[in-house]
Amino acid sequence: MFRFIVRRLLQVIPTLFGLSILLFIWLHRLPGGPETAILGERGTPEMRAAIRRNLGLDEPILVQYGRFMKRLIQFDLGTSTSTKREVTTEFLQRFPGTVELTVMAMLIAIGLGIPLGYLAARRRGTIVDHASVAGSLIGICIPVFFLAYVLKAVFAENLGWLPSAGRQDPTIGATRITNFFVLDGLMTREWDAAADALIHLILPGLALASIPLAVIVRITRASVLEVLGEDFVRTAEAKGLTESVVRRRHVLRNAMLPVATSIGLLTGQLLSGAVLTETVFAFSGIGAFLADAISQRDYPVLQGFILIIALVYVLVNLVVDVSYTLIDPRVRVR
Amino acid sequence: MALLDVEDLSVTFARRGQRTVRAVDGVSFSVDAGEVVGLVGESGCGKSVTSLAIMGLLPRQKGVHIGGKASFDGTDLLQLDARSMRDVRGRDVAMIFQDPLSSLNPVVPLGIQVTEVLQRHRGMKGEAAAKEAAALLDRVGIPDPRRRLKEFPHQLSGGMRQRALIAMAVACRPRLLIADEPTTALDVTIQAQILELLKELVRESGTALVMITHDLGVVAGMCDTINVLYAGRVIETARRRPLFAEPHHPYTVGLLGSVPRLDAGRGERLTPIPGSVRDVLPWPDGCAFAPRCHRRVDACVGEPPELVLTHTGHSYRCVNPVTGPVAPARAQEEQA
Amino acid sequence: MSGVATPGRKKAEKIDRLAELSAAHDDERGVSLWQEAFRRLRRNPAAITGAAILMLFVLVAVFGPFLVPYATTDTIGVREGLVKSGQGIIPGSSADHWLGFDHQGRDEFSRLVVGARQTLLVGVVSTLVGLAVGALIGGIAGAAAGIGGRWGRWIDTTLMRIVDMLLALPSLLLAVSIAALLGASLVTVMIAVGMISVPVFARLLRGSMIAQAGSDYVLAATALGVRKSKIALTHIVPNSLAPVIVQATLTLATAIIEAAALSFLGLGNPDSAVPEWGVMLADAQPYLGTRPALAIYPAVAIIITALGFTLLGEAMREALDPKLRK
Repeated sequence: MFRFIVRRLLQVIPTLFGLSILLFIWLHRLPGGPETAILGERGTPEMRAAIRRNLGLDEPILVQYGRFMKRLIQFDLGTSTSTKREVTTEFLQRFPGTVELTVMAMLIAIGLGIPLGYLAARRRGTIVDHASVAGSLIGICIPVFFLAYVLKAVFAENLGWLPSAGRQDPTIGATRITNFFVLDGLMTREWDAAADALIHLILPGLALASIPLAVIVRITRASVLEVLGEDFVRTAEAKGLTESVVRRRHVLRNAMLPVATSIGLLTGQLLSGAVLTETVFAFSGIGAFLADAISQRDYPVLQGFILIIALVYVLVNLVVDVSYTLIDPRVRVR
Repeated sequence: MALLDVEDLSVTFARRGQRTVRAVDGVSFSVDAGEVVGLVGESGCGKSVTSLAIMGLLPRQKGVHIGGKASFDGTDLLQLDARSMRDVRGRDVAMIFQDPLSSLNPVVPLGIQVTEVLQRHRGMKGEAAAKEAAALLDRVGIPDPRRRLKEFPHQLSGGMRQRALIAMAVACRPRLLIADEPTTALDVTIQAQILELLKELVRESGTALVMITHDLGVVAGMCDTINVLYAGRVIETARRRPLFAEPHHPYTVGLLGSVPRLDAGRGERLTPIPGSVRDVLPWPDGCAFAPRCHRRVDACVGEPPELVLTHTGHSYRCVNPVTGPVAPARAQEEQA
Repeated sequence: MSGVATPGRKKAEKIDRLAELSAAHDDERGVSLWQEAFRRLRRNPAAITGAAILMLFVLVAVFGPFLVPYATTDTIGVREGLVKSGQGIIPGSSADHWLGFDHQGRDEFSRLVVGARQTLLVGVVSTLVGLAVGALIGGIAGAAAGIGGRWGRWIDTTLMRIVDMLLALPSLLLAVSIAALLGASLVTVMIAVGMISVPVFARLLRGSMIAQAGSDYVLAATALGVRKSKIALTHIVPNSLAPVIVQATLTLATAIIEAAALSFLGLGNPDSAVPEWGVMLADAQPYLGTRPALAIYPAVAIIITALGFTLLGEAMREALDPKLRK
C-alpha cells in the first residue's frame, strides 16, 4: 500500500510538469497582457514595453519558463501583477474559503444523497423512488447561479433567516489563524465566530451541493439496485441476518464503490473553484479571484493557482483510489 | 409427522403489461428428519423458486403471489412475518446456492461472513465466535482455517468457497438444509468432494437435506427420496431404487434416457426428450408434458392427470404410465 | 494505476464459442439492438415526456421567429412610455404583451421564443465540437489500445494523460480562458462549452472500444483472419457508439446550462440584438428585486429544455443497457 501511494505520487510529477508547460504556452497566447489590464487602452507603446520588461515578459518564452520553474522548486510562485501580493499569500487567504464551501456542499450532498439513493432503490417504483429520481434530474438541470439567486432571494432577502453574502460578519472581529473561519473559531474558542462562519456557509453550500447531490443520488440508486440483485445479498438474507446488518455490511459496502469514485471526482471539481456560487454570494474563495485573474492577465496567479488546484485534484483522487483499495480487496495494487 | 411438509405450493409472478408466469404450480412433497430428498428437473421447472419460497427469500412485493403451505415442524413458514422468518433462516433452515463466488460477499473477509451467523443466532462474539468459525471451516475440510478467516472470497478456490458457504449454512446446526445445485458451478472432481462432504455432514448431524439438481447422477448417489418436477408440479415421487429401476412417468424415463451411460452399447444413441420446456400445456388443460410425450393418448388433454399411488409408495401423475423395469443395470449401479 | 481484477473467462472457453458467435456477429445483431432499444423507449413515459419537450423546443426554435408578434429589437415598451427601468417600472403580462417587457422595453415573449433558436444552436454546435474532438482523441486511443500492440499502448497512454490534464483543469475556467483568448462571440461560446465535454467523450469512447475489443465477437473475427483496420471500423466503432450517442444527448443539456453560465459571467454572445436565454437571465439580474419574472422565464425555459434532453438521454441509456434488460 505504501509503495502504491509513493508510486502514484511520483506519477503526479510528469502530469503537473506537462500541465505547467501547456499552461505557460496557453496563457502567453492570450491576447493583451497584464500591461493592457494595468494601463487600459490608453498606455503608450513605451509604457507598455516598460511594464513588460519590468515583469520579464520581453524575454523568450523558454527563459521565462525556466525562471518560473526555478522559483517553483523553491516554492515561490511569484507576485500577482494585479494585487502586488505574493501568489502564495493570496492562495492561502482564499483557498480555505473554497475548501470550507466544498466540504459543506459535499457534506450536504453525501449526507442526503446516499440515504435518498438507497431508499429510492429499496422502494423501487414507489413514490419515494420517483420523487428522488425526478428531484435529481431537476437538480442537474437547474443552472447553479440561478439556484443561488433564488436561495439568496428567498432565504436571505425575503425571509432574512440567513446572511446573503460573505464568509463571516466582520463586526465579530474574529481572530485569524488558518483562514479556515470555522476552524479558527473552534481553535480560539470564539464560538460565535465559528457559528457565524458556519451560517454563512449554508446558502452557498446548498446551491453548490445541487449537482453533486443529484449525481450521488442517482449513482447510489443505480449501484444499490445492482447490488440488491447479487447472489451474496441473497446469501446474507438466507443466513437470517438482521436488516441493518444486511444493509450496512452487504448492500451498502458493495454499493459504495462507484459512489466513492464519483465523490472523488465531484470534490475535485468543486475545489477547483465554484466561480458562479462564489460570485453570487460574494464569497471570497478562489473561484471569483481566478475569473478576475483571467481578465487581468495575471499570469503568476493563474499559473500558480491552477497548478496547485491540479495538484489538489490529483491528491483527492489518490485519496479516493486508496480508500477504494481499502473498501474493495479485489482491487490489485499494481 | 414429516419435518417439512410442502402442500400445493404455488408461486406466480405478475408483471404489468406481461403475462402472469406460474413458476410453481401446486408442488407437494415432504421431508422427514434426517432424510435426503431430491428435487429434480430441467431448468425452468420451478425447483429453485420452490426453495426460495420455502426460505421466504422471494421478494415481498405486489406481483409475487405465493399460495399453499410449507409446514416446518408444525409452523407454516409461508405465514410467518418477515421478522420471525429472519429468526428461522440460518438457524432452523439454511440454504446453500449454486455459484459460490457470487454467493459470497467480495468485500468482506470470510471470517466475518461466518461469524455473523454465529453472532446472529447463537449470540457468540469475539474470540469465541472466531474459534467456532475456525472449527466450522476445519469441519468442512478447509485447511489452515485461522488464516483463511482473514482472507477474502477471491483468494479462495471454487471448491473452498463452496465449503465455506456450507460452513456458514451448517453453523447453527439447522434441522433442514436446502442445497440448490450446490455442485453445478464446480469442476467434476471437486463436485464429488462437495457431495461427499454434504453426505457426511448430514449423516453426522441428522440434518435433513433437500438437494435441488438437474443432475440425475447427484440424485442417484445421495437421495433417499426423489421428486421429479415438470412445469412447476411434482410428476413422480419415489424412493431412490424404485425410481431408477421402474420409473412410471414418461418424463422421468426420458430424463433417465438422456444421461450418457458407461454400460451402454457402443453404437447405442442417447434418447433425448424432443422439444423444450417451453412447449408446455397449462396444467388445468391437461398434462403439461403432453406436447413432448411419445406416449400421449387422448386422455392426456382435457384435465390434469390425477396422482396415482402404487402399493410400494411410488406415486406419479400420468394416465398412460410406463410399466415394467426400464434399465435393470441402473439399480445395481447406484448401489455402489 | 489500479484495476479491478475480475475473474477473467478462460480463453479456451471463448474459442469454443467462436463458431457460434462468428455466425451471430453479423449486422442483424446491431439492428435488433437498436430496434429493441427503440421499442423499450416507446414504452417509457420518461422518454416520451423528454421527446415531447424536445419536439416542442425544436418546433419553437425553427418556426418561432416567423410567428412572434414583435421584433426582438423593438423597444416598443420604451417608445410607448410604459417601461422606465431606471425607476424600476417594467410592466408584467398584459393582453398585448403576454409576458410583459424586458428592461429595455422589448416584448419578453417574443424574445423568449426567438431565444430558443440561439439556445438550440449553441447546444447542438458545442456538443458536436466536444463530440468531434473527444471522439477523435478517444477513438484513436481506443483503437490503439485495443488492437495496436505495444506502440498502441504508448499512444493510448499519452493521449489519455493529456485528457486527464484537461480534466484536472477547472472546466468553467477553461471556458473562460478560451473566451478570453478568442474574444467574446457566439463562436467562442460554442468552442468553449464544447471543450468542456471533450474529456468525457474521449474517455467514454475509449473505454467502450477497449471493452468491445476484448469481446468474444472481435476475438472471433480475429480468429477468422479479418484485418485489424476492418475490425475496428466495422465492428468496434459501431458497437461503441451507443454510449456516445447517449452521452451526447445528456451533454446537450449541460451545454445549454454552461452556455448560460458563460453569459452570466459576461462572456456570452455580445450581440444583444439576438436574444439568448442565458443572456436574458444575466440581463435580468439587476431587476431581481423588482421584476423576478424576467429571470424566471428564461431560467424555466432553460431548465425545461435541459430536462427534456436529460430525460431522453437517461431513457436511452436505460434502453441500451444490457444489464437493465430484464
